[in-house]
Amino acid sequence: MTNDLTRWSAARMADSLARREISAVELTQAHLDRIAAVDGSVHSYLHVDETGVLAQARAVDDARARNEDLHVMAGVPIAVKDVVATEGLPTTCGSRILSGWIPPYDATLVTKLKAAGMPILGKTNMDEFAMGSSTEHSAYGPSRNPWDLERIPGGSGGGSSSVLASFQAPLAIGTDTGGSIRQPASVTGTVGTKPTYGGVSRYGLVALASSLDQAGPCARTVLDTALLHAVIGGYDPRDSTSIHAPVPEVVRAAQSADVSGMRIGVVKQLSGEGYQAGVQARFNEAVALLVDAGATVVEVDCPNFQYALAAYYLILPSEASSNLARFDAMRYGLRALPEGVDDPSAEQVMAATREVGFGAEVKRRIILGTYALSSGYYDAYYGQAQKVRRLIAQDFDRAFEVADVLVSPTAPTTAFKIGEKLDDPLAMYLNDVATIPANLAGIPGMSLPSGLATEDGLPTGFQILAPATKDERLYAVGSALERELVSRWGGHLLEKAPTLATVGAEVAR
Amino acid sequence: MSEHTSDDLALDGGTEAVLTWDETIAAYDPVLGLEVHVELGTATKMFCGCPTEFGAEPNSQVCPVCLGLPGSLPVVNEKGVESAIRIGLALNCTIAPWSRFARKNYFYPDMPKNFQTSQYDEPIAFNGWLDVELEDGSAYRVEIERAHMEEDTGKSLHVGGATGRIHGADYSLVDYNRAGIPLIEIVTKPLTGFGDRAPEVAKAYVATLRDLLRALGVSDVKMEQGSLRCDANVSLRPRKKKPEKQAEVPFGTRTETKNVNSLRSVERAVRYEMTRHAAVLAGGGSILQETRHWHEDTGVTTSGREKSDAEDYRYFPEPDLVPIAPTADSIEALRATLPEPPVQRRRRLQGEWGYSDLEMRDVINAGAIEIIEATVAAGATPAGARKWWSGEIARRANLDGRELTDMGITPRAVAELDALVQGGRLNDSMARQVLDGVLAGEGNPGAVADARGLALVSDDGALGAAVDEVIAANPDLVEKIRSGKVQAAGALIGQVMKAMAGQADAARVRELIMERVGS
Repeated sequence: MTNDLTRWSAARMADSLARREISAVELTQAHLDRIAAVDGSVHSYLHVDETGVLAQARAVDDARARNEDLHVMAGVPIAVKDVVATEGLPTTCGSRILSGWIPPYDATLVTKLKAAGMPILGKTNMDEFAMGSSTEHSAYGPSRNPWDLERIPGGSGGGSSSVLASFQAPLAIGTDTGGSIRQPASVTGTVGTKPTYGGVSRYGLVALASSLDQAGPCARTVLDTALLHAVIGGYDPRDSTSIHAPVPEVVRAAQSADVSGMRIGVVKQLSGEGYQAGVQARFNEAVALLVDAGATVVEVDCPNFQYALAAYYLILPSEASSNLARFDAMRYGLRALPEGVDDPSAEQVMAATREVGFGAEVKRRIILGTYALSSGYYDAYYGQAQKVRRLIAQDFDRAFEVADVLVSPTAPTTAFKIGEKLDDPLAMYLNDVATIPANLAGIPGMSLPSGLATEDGLPTGFQILAPATKDERLYAVGSALERELVSRWGGHLLEKAPTLATVGAEVAR
Repeated sequence: MSEHTSDDLALDGGTEAVLTWDETIAAYDPVLGLEVHVELGTATKMFCGCPTEFGAEPNSQVCPVCLGLPGSLPVVNEKGVESAIRIGLALNCTIAPWSRFARKNYFYPDMPKNFQTSQYDEPIAFNGWLDVELEDGSAYRVEIERAHMEEDTGKSLHVGGATGRIHGADYSLVDYNRAGIPLIEIVTKPLTGFGDRAPEVAKAYVATLRDLLRALGVSDVKMEQGSLRCDANVSLRPRKKKPEKQAEVPFGTRTETKNVNSLRSVERAVRYEMTRHAAVLAGGGSILQETRHWHEDTGVTTSGREKSDAEDYRYFPEPDLVPIAPTADSIEALRATLPEPPVQRRRRLQGEWGYSDLEMRDVINAGAIEIIEATVAAGATPAGARKWWSGEIARRANLDGRELTDMGITPRAVAELDALVQGGRLNDSMARQVLDGVLAGEGNPGAVADARGLALVSDDGALGAAVDEVIAANPDLVEKIRSGKVQAAGALIGQVMKAMAGQADAARVRELIMERVGS
């Protein structure tokens, strides 16, 4: 095992902290040093809270010195996606329109992180308002894939995936509206879970599409993901859509890694044409490994999935057009004055601010959504899309009658090159074809690494889907597969990633 | 009768002609639609825990939710839903077993999210009615389309410029204390067939609704503070000679007069709009579909903003809130808490109290029903309670511009005063003096009467001596009585009263005189 603390799993960090072998300050400082050394090239963070994170780490060390009862994860640092409100820390959602906004309150999940004593390193980059699959739509420039700096780290949560793959944090918070946790995990060789809708409070998540958004844990191993899931999950009276039930037993499931007798359903519609050969090959091998571990495999048919992308791109823009209406320069964030107007009205200031404050992709979706909700079009677009949504949920219901979990490649391809799909929104949207159905149906999904595609040597992702509230199944299956793969690879997949050039003196430990 | 002629309009700067009332009614049939917004009296806002107190320091009752800060989420106020259901039931509506909130999308600086959380095609209550009575006792049924829940917006204050309106203002301030306060919007169906009584029905409807909401205890229903607001939609259509054909005539174009903030203004505004529409139509013009502003001082409306039916709020179900699905049992439990409908209650009380129609109207106009009820409950005679509350106390309240409830005298004290009169201890003028003492804070009526030494003398010994003296001094009057001119006793009584400094029991004095005169 390495002496470089930043390469440890979060579980090992937690264990070592509890044994007082390392201190939280030491661990946090190691990550700050790593950030200083590599983030100039990766650009995972929009904001690093050096002072705050060290103070939080010191508070944990002090509490431990006083022999206080501490959470199992106390002292393990974490990075938080910039779409999550953090009191006193900038929260921009990757948008110019929120530049300079410092929330006066914490999202519920941030309150939980703080209660657990997890120091917050900073805020991670993302596509503006979580619209995108590459972070190229961030107003603050793209993050880069540590496997190949010319490639995208996925999106919208490319900051949270690249921060893990470049060892700038052991854990990260992501949000997933159509795949923004899972697709970035897939293309960076990391793990991420979108919990059941309502499993993690949305209070304090700047809303993209309220009925689809779900925050979730991102990590490098399945167990680490489960440990974080257990911290942030659970009922929140501030979120009417949150589930009134205990968090599923995700940690126990990850530790059991038991798939014997489990029925694995391979979704017919999520393979074949459009899927890169290397992605498909690693997927097929992973399914075979699960069979070796004691699972059985069935093929399931989800005929309405072919309409998922179309329905998603009506529902999401519709809700987003309304959710993003509040950014109007009246109360917070950017305020731009119209040029050549002496005495502008409130409406003129709103228009001028939204013109310069939003990027092209955000404007595209606001216009789409405004159109889809307009009287005379509502039934044809938003109404129809809601019907498709119900049909997709029914497809899942039928599939889960014959299978305990469903599996597919997470994304059809490995990481594409920065700039490659920027001018072709439809090609960009297609990257989420396998992840979107879970958001439409509200069910949980996980992506974990399945290997490297032979043709380009880049990570491929394996997606597991479970029925609503059965999130623990993701961890049982994911953990079993991870065990088989790691033993084949002889170590974590990330150990095969190229070494990043560092700047300054990275402190060796 | 029109309250305004085109001449006096020209004087106060109005630009539009109006027709006389009689001309208007002869030529046109009015159609009304009344939208009433009620601010609920819940302790907290509709979707967050902020207080709802009126008149607080601007922007002191706000939080991330009602400011619409990024990431904040609404949570429904259960008390607000209960109030909405009780209002729906009291208006004889069907309560939806399943309803949703919807977003009404439009941009305005006093709306923090740039959408209003409201209800659209799935209101919590629909299809009801409210019976109202006009002053002459004629009864009308007002059909209710729906009652739905929504949140209030913030309040804009336009500074500079002459009118306090956004046009011409130097800048605007926004107070978000009101943003998120629960509102119930009650919408009538298009109301037809009221003819020349339409303005009165409109007023009586809002008044009855106000009384009902007050009896429900869901709102303080103060029109002057905006906790009850009325928008009046008015349109006219040509009058048919045969009334049975009238329903076939399509509705005319309507205008919506906003924020009419007193009962009197409801009647005046409807009347004004009817005569204005009539003049425009009679002159061959057409009515512009728009909102109108009511001016209380000049009694006219002026043009607001154009409002087409096609205004597109892009409603869609609010994804941040779960549907409202009250169980049948919970609805029935709320039904059991409903007060008696105002009109029925008035009729019942009038019967129980034995008041004439005129007396009852005085009581209603004095706003004294509740307080008389409490006074009767405390033991007063209905006649006594009425006499005090809608007489002397109401008179003094009017003089001071105060409410009956703020006069410093309780129903129990009035009942005690009444008992002192009924028991023969005080006469009317003494009782009035005792009332003075009570209002001046000297104590309860018994104590005031004691302290001021106010009591009728009905002791035959003391009275008898005074009577004997007066009889002896007035042989001529005695003779008159004996000869059958009984009214002459009045002069003797008056002298006895004078001798007793007003403290004698007049009835007993009369008896004693008659005994002694021996007629």
